[in-house]
Amino acid sequence: MKYAIFLGCTVPVRNLSYELSARRVARELGIEFADISEFSCCGYPVKSVHHETSLLLAARNLALAEEKGLDICTLCSACTSVLTETSRELAANEALLEKVNRSLGAIGRRYSGRVRVKHLARVFYEDVGLEAIKKAVKRPLDAFRIASHYGCHYLKPSEIYDHFDHPEVPQSLDRLVAATGAEAVDYATKKECCGGAILGVDENIALQMTRAKLDDIKANEADAINLVCPFCSVMYGANQRKIQAKYGTRYDLPILYYPQILGLAMGIDAEELGLSQNPIKPKALLAKIS
Amino acid sequence: MESGTCAEKDHVVVTVLDPKFKYEIASEPGGENIKYCFQCGTCTSGCPVSELDSKYNPRRIIRMAILGMRERVLASDFIWLCSTCYTCYERCPQDVRITEVMNALKNMAVKAGYIHPAFRAQAELIGGHGRLYEVDEFTNEKRAELGLPTLPGSSPEVAEIYGMTGLASLLSGKGA
Repeated sequence: MKYAIFLGCTVPVRNLSYELSARRVARELGIEFADISEFSCCGYPVKSVHHETSLLLAARNLALAEEKGLDICTLCSACTSVLTETSRELAANEALLEKVNRSLGAIGRRYSGRVRVKHLARVFYEDVGLEAIKKAVKRPLDAFRIASHYGCHYLKPSEIYDHFDHPEVPQSLDRLVAATGAEAVDYATKKECCGGAILGVDENIALQMTRAKLDDIKANEADAINLVCPFCSVMYGANQRKIQAKYGTRYDLPILYYPQILGLAMGIDAEELGLSQNPIKPKALLAKIS
Repeated sequence: MESGTCAEKDHVVVTVLDPKFKYEIASEPGGENIKYCFQCGTCTSGCPVSELDSKYNPRRIIRMAILGMRERVLASDFIWLCSTCYTCYERCPQDVRITEVMNALKNMAVKAGYIHPAFRAQAELIGGHGRLYEVDEFTNEKRAELGLPTLPGSSPEVAEIYGMTGLASLLSGKGA
């Protein structure tokens, strides 16, 4: 199992603990990552501004992976969506691929349509598999109650993801959590959006969207939130304090990236998983396993 | 007077609507299915943004667009409020692909000179550094300390793409 690891913009600058734990756990599970330093922004943030630019940024990133003969593994759900969508569109539409290559040619690149894209959680779920994950667990997290936040682009549009999970009744993250021995917490707002995409347009609405889920997860007595997207993590992590101050609420709800949860269950040291760098320190949680 | 409205009461006036607007949207990437909308409201009823603030209402935006209220739609703040969660996209019985229609409308608004400042800032950062967040020396030092590979602080190829597609000119206000 070898992939080009696509870090995107947010992870390598603001979510180093996600990157650390992803690399550490992947290594343990036999997933090899190649780094391609020329990767840029995936193209997602400019999709709503200038479609052609977004398409070319995504195609250029795909071309870079193709040069190395590798498929892409993503950590960010928004990167996953735009890269997957572009990879599928260019594999199916020869005229568009030709047009894209006329532009890529001007910067010395070419794409022939062979690269496939998978989110890290989907790689765990499909390539590694739940049985192998259960076997890798050395320290089951029996004492943990964990609420998964699926976010949007990890699942939707479901047609570009071969319907690997159901957009209305998603299960993959809960199953991945359960495979570590932890209890997967069910809650009513599980599928809702974090609001991150409109933080810069209307902070008030965006924070209320995050708050509604924090309220629900807290009411369901979860010990932590399981995340697979760095931008969702900005909302539930960095903005959790802001929400507490603004609405006079109190959560102190640690956020964990799935590879951190899995890594803990595999017996990997908390420091190697970057837990001390998480925005909400999971002290009470760690005390449960020490 | 804005196109598509009556000066006194803001009512829709048929004679000033632009009947070609919907065809223009349908010719934009993502806008292809807009005319399939039969106004059932499934999009708005499941929209997490509409639930909190009624100024964002996808059914209304699509109706306005089909009616031809060009300026009212393109110059609006509300088209920028879609959180791109794809809930409506998944549920729409007519496969209007609403999230993508909103992207098409935002692309058209940008070309008409109405880019939202938050999206302008993002697009400018990516054009400048190749990424949304600049990888500066401090970041690379921290990455190296943690044993993570360092990353380049700029991407000349991304800047070239911005030049090629006309986005660089659009952002500098010189037109595409």
